[in-house]
Amino acid sequence: MFSRFSKSSHRNRQVDKHELEKANARLVWRIVVIVALMFGFGFAVAPYYDSICAYWGIGGRPKGPSPNIGYSVDESREITLEFVTAVNGAMPLAFRAEKAKLKIHPGQYYSVKFYAENQSDKKLVGRAIPTILPISESSHLKKVECFCFSEQVFEPHQEREMPVRFVVDPEVQADVKDMTLSYTFFDITEQTQTNQ
Amino acid sequence: MTAATHDDHHAHGPEKGFMRWVTTTNHKDIGTLYLVTALIMFFVGGAMALVLRAELFEPGIQFVDPAFFNQMTTLHALIMVFGAVMPAFVGLANWMIPMMIGAPDMALPRMNNWSFWILPFAFVMLASTLFMEGGAPAAGWTFYPPLVLQGGNHLPFAIFTVHLLGMSSIMGAINIIVTVFNMRAPGMTMMKLPLFVWTWVITAFLLIAVMPVFAGAVTMLLTDKFFGTSFFNAAGGGDPVLYQHLFWFFGHPEVYIMILPSFGVISAVIPTFARKPLFGYSSMVYATAAIGLLSFIVWAHHQYTVGMPLAGELYFTYATMLIAVPTGVKVFNWLATMWRGAMTFETPMLFAIAFVVLFTMGGFTGLMMSISPADLQYHDTYFIVAHFHYVLVPGAVFALFAGTYYWLPKWTGHMYDESLGKLHFWLSTISVNVLFFPQHFVGLAGMPRRIPDYAVQFAEFNAMSSVGAFVFGFAQLIFAYVIYKAIKGGAKASSEVWEGAQEHGLEWHLPSPPPYHTWTSAPEIK
Repeated sequence: MFSRFSKSSHRNRQVDKHELEKANARLVWRIVVIVALMFGFGFAVAPYYDSICAYWGIGGRPKGPSPNIGYSVDESREITLEFVTAVNGAMPLAFRAEKAKLKIHPGQYYSVKFYAENQSDKKLVGRAIPTILPISESSHLKKVECFCFSEQVFEPHQEREMPVRFVVDPEVQADVKDMTLSYTFFDITEQTQTNQ
Repeated sequence: MTAATHDDHHAHGPEKGFMRWVTTTNHKDIGTLYLVTALIMFFVGGAMALVLRAELFEPGIQFVDPAFFNQMTTLHALIMVFGAVMPAFVGLANWMIPMMIGAPDMALPRMNNWSFWILPFAFVMLASTLFMEGGAPAAGWTFYPPLVLQGGNHLPFAIFTVHLLGMSSIMGAINIIVTVFNMRAPGMTMMKLPLFVWTWVITAFLLIAVMPVFAGAVTMLLTDKFFGTSFFNAAGGGDPVLYQHLFWFFGHPEVYIMILPSFGVISAVIPTFARKPLFGYSSMVYATAAIGLLSFIVWAHHQYTVGMPLAGELYFTYATMLIAVPTGVKVFNWLATMWRGAMTFETPMLFAIAFVVLFTMGGFTGLMMSISPADLQYHDTYFIVAHFHYVLVPGAVFALFAGTYYWLPKWTGHMYDESLGKLHFWLSTISVNVLFFPQHFVGLAGMPRRIPDYAVQFAEFNAMSSVGAFVFGFAQLIFAYVIYKAIKGGAKASSEVWEGAQEHGLEWHLPSPPPYHTWTSAPEIK
């Protein structure tokens, strides 16, 4: 392909050097705009990601309380709901649910108590982040009342009872037999102190 | 331009001494600087890999403590990706693109100088973390939170290193795009560009699209750690998985940034030694562009085990598999180029053929892992380690060897030592397979990656792997020596260097070595 070309081109590059520099500068600025937009795009993803997760109720986004609507109870179906509790890192909190499992009917409201005890001599501020499995059904578990809606303050060695009132709406997919409601407590004592 | 008062013929040769390299704006000098830096970093990163392989030679902890092992894993990856492979390809681009398209230099020579000289400072900063309290970054090159936020003082240094490297890459990419778009010789249309130039243009677009996203993601890590933001902190309403999405939105195009220029090199080498034009030129261009575009929509196949809706798993599985189509086009085009060619097997061709075979093997294991239910078994085992080393070592690195041997006579004006080159090839090719092939087996059997110790059942394969690693590592000293020898002297190379090469590119119409300034009057392509 490149065997034939003329080396004798006398086109002087200096002639259009000025034009070339202008064209180069234009192209550089266009690319710089793309770079800036992509840098912004990275940050713009964060709120979109949050709203997508909040919409589906996935990724541990604590949704606010759901309205207390009366559903028709579907007694023909039974779902085993499992409760999982965990603390993040080395937070000195003993955290448990009153029972490990509960058999529920879609449409019926239930209350379950969770207990957390501050095992240290210092005041603790915690925040519980829920996860609901399976992910695709997480928006059907609706909480009317939950300790995960707000920060929880624990005085030294205080044990507190924290109720959760919820319903699994009858819209939940027919083949779902098991669901999991998991809470992880995060220690936010430091953040709340620096913010106050 | 009758009023031109300044003398256009002032600088024909380089300055003398050390300052030549500091102040140079010449694309050949800067290409050399990049290539030499990449070679040095290749040995630094390689030495770190040998620390890992020495530790993994036997089960148990022998030489290094686990914390240092983690630092070596992380630094090995960062240095090889950002210090060896990427700068080496930028070096090739600097040297070859102006000569290939008939341009006198890169479009933005001063920025070119700057984008190189950022690198040494970035790597000094990264290396300085080794001497800090808490040591170097140890959470892997992916910097996943929350683990990466729990380290010592290294985090801001590692993040600023990433910022600097990103700036350097983006400036290099801008330079390449502007050069190719605005400075082609008359008659050099886009569809006449050598494939190496095309692959670099597409790579450059990938760089300017994803490097800023990565810079943003690590900036969020920085503000999470030091300024109380909660991008990735669940307690504050963030999500560590968001980081993984951002990282792999960069990370997947990034692996193509490392392989697309390799495709370009191989597409230059194979036609020369098969003495045929490249088969399916335009399909090669479109396949490269297709791979580039697809790279943006498959990122979450790195995150199957994190949890994803079924629809997501299906989408990412199929989208990932789709990449095999344009890649297959390329592999078959290379085979068709060799088909009934008058082939000779000089060192560049040997490395190119090994590339085609071994890269394809790495591609196949990639296909296995694109299947989301199967990936649950492969994830974070030595199987993935074997996969990405097959595409990066006998893939990208072999392409760099092929390109270096191919253009070394052009750069230095001397033929390299062919028998040493062949020795380097055979030692490398055999040892790289001894090194990485057994890792498939231990990976499938469940050996996790990034762990300094392992179950005794994996001992034999790991010992083999370590032996391969040391042979491969020391074989690279031959490569360094061959380059040194060719710079110092050897048989004079003609301008064509390889029989019939003038058919394949403008660079072979220039003397070997080319004068300091080339194509000052543009060739006119018929």
